[in-house]
Amino acid sequence: MGFIRNSARSLLLWEIVEGMALTFSYMFRKRVTINYPYEKGPISPRFRGEHALRRYPNGEERCIACKLCEAICPAQAITIEAEPRDDGSRRTTRYDIDMTKCIYCGYCEEACPVDAIVEGPNFEFATESREELFYDKTKLLANGERWEREIAANIAADAPYR
Amino acid sequence: MAEFWSIYLLPGIIILAQILAIVVPLLLAVAMLTYFERKIMAAMQLRMGPNVVGPFGLLQAFADGAKLFFKETVLPTSANKIVFLIAPMLTFCLSLVAWAVIPFDDGMVVSDINVGILYLFAISSLGVYGIVMAGWASNSKYPFLSALRSAAQMVSYEVSIGFVIITVLLCVGSLNVSDVVRAQAEGVWFFIPLFPMFIIFFISALAETNRHPFDLPEAEAELVAGYQVEYSSMTFALFFLGEYANMILMSGLTAILFLGGWLPPFDIAPFNWIPGPIWFFLKISVLLFVFVWVRATLPRYRYDQLMRLGWKVFLPFSLFWVALTAGVLVAFDLVPQT
Repeated sequence: MGFIRNSARSLLLWEIVEGMALTFSYMFRKRVTINYPYEKGPISPRFRGEHALRRYPNGEERCIACKLCEAICPAQAITIEAEPRDDGSRRTTRYDIDMTKCIYCGYCEEACPVDAIVEGPNFEFATESREELFYDKTKLLANGERWEREIAANIAADAPYR
Repeated sequence: MAEFWSIYLLPGIIILAQILAIVVPLLLAVAMLTYFERKIMAAMQLRMGPNVVGPFGLLQAFADGAKLFFKETVLPTSANKIVFLIAPMLTFCLSLVAWAVIPFDDGMVVSDINVGILYLFAISSLGVYGIVMAGWASNSKYPFLSALRSAAQMVSYEVSIGFVIITVLLCVGSLNVSDVVRAQAEGVWFFIPLFPMFIIFFISALAETNRHPFDLPEAEAELVAGYQVEYSSMTFALFFLGEYANMILMSGLTAILFLGGWLPPFDIAPFNWIPGPIWFFLKISVLLFVFVWVRATLPRYRYDQLMRLGWKVFLPFSLFWVALTAGVLVAFDLVPQT
């Protein structure tokens, strides 16, 4: 009996018909992909994207040039030079991140005592040349200005868990 | 002068117009086929598919065509240049030439020859030469292996295709392609009495056009892209067009042999208002959908499985069915008289 059933199944291409029916039913299911450049998936407040240097609401830079981020960076992507400013406060004269070296581990963000260097929610910063990915202080501060609203909201949302 | 016009020029122009009336819609159909293939596969894999170029991405095929057209044609230094360039042209031309005998409606055919089926069979068999030439002339290992596989595969499946065609011809009594359809107008469409043959023909057509699950000549996991490895730009585009035009041709052939070509499913009021070419187009579309559907469903056969299926399953089965059909036709005195 089993022999007859097996032969009939293979002769009638039963498994192939079953498989085809399955793919056909999938045709009418809801798509799992999104229409990317026009739609984007949700991102966690802890998302580690493009870096930004933040300022206080009065416009003062947060960074105090403690160099903890430079020290902890496992990829050694951060370079900082600092000297006292005219009013005697210690500030960075140079704050570079080599984005081609960065591994987006988020340690810089964790190490920062004043929430100055953060990894924002932006992940679309592809460039046409390598040089454009060597971020300097101006670029990072500009990022900070551009993404401040999202970054502040993310930090606030994540604060209860820290 | 008037004589020259009426004897040479006018028929030439008419034939040219007929050819253009077939080739232009055919190439458009190829473009649309590539689009719908991507869309259907995407739907079955729960993806979106092309949807950016033009409304619903309908112009994607033309964007791809334009891209290929402006790319550089790379000629490998070790290739046999002439054969290398002839191969894609041959594939492309052969896929178009076969349409000369395909009837779109009663009498709507470029050349109504009495050996139409034989001609179609010959042309579809010649299709392998493009691939063999490409594989040999590329002078590179993957195309070469691909050409060997393709040649063996085509030979194996042509045998069963030949027997399937013979069964149909036994029921028709004529080699004329239009007569095959007319024979189905009187009785039922052949896919009902010859259902197993219909399935075998369709599966062999998949193998003949190097489609999934028989796409061993271009198995990307083993052979990168098979015979297309060294081709770029328009030479590649010609292979691509030829391959898809061949798919449409084999679907058309299946529609003619088994699904009653231009005939409506029932010869009653709402169905026979729709003109024949539209029915033909619909049947081809359904078959092409199955081509894509199979591609989205089945994994690739292993080479020995492919050969086993061709020689040890299809060949004996179709041979048996030829004998059975002939026996039934003689026993019940149904042999067509022409």
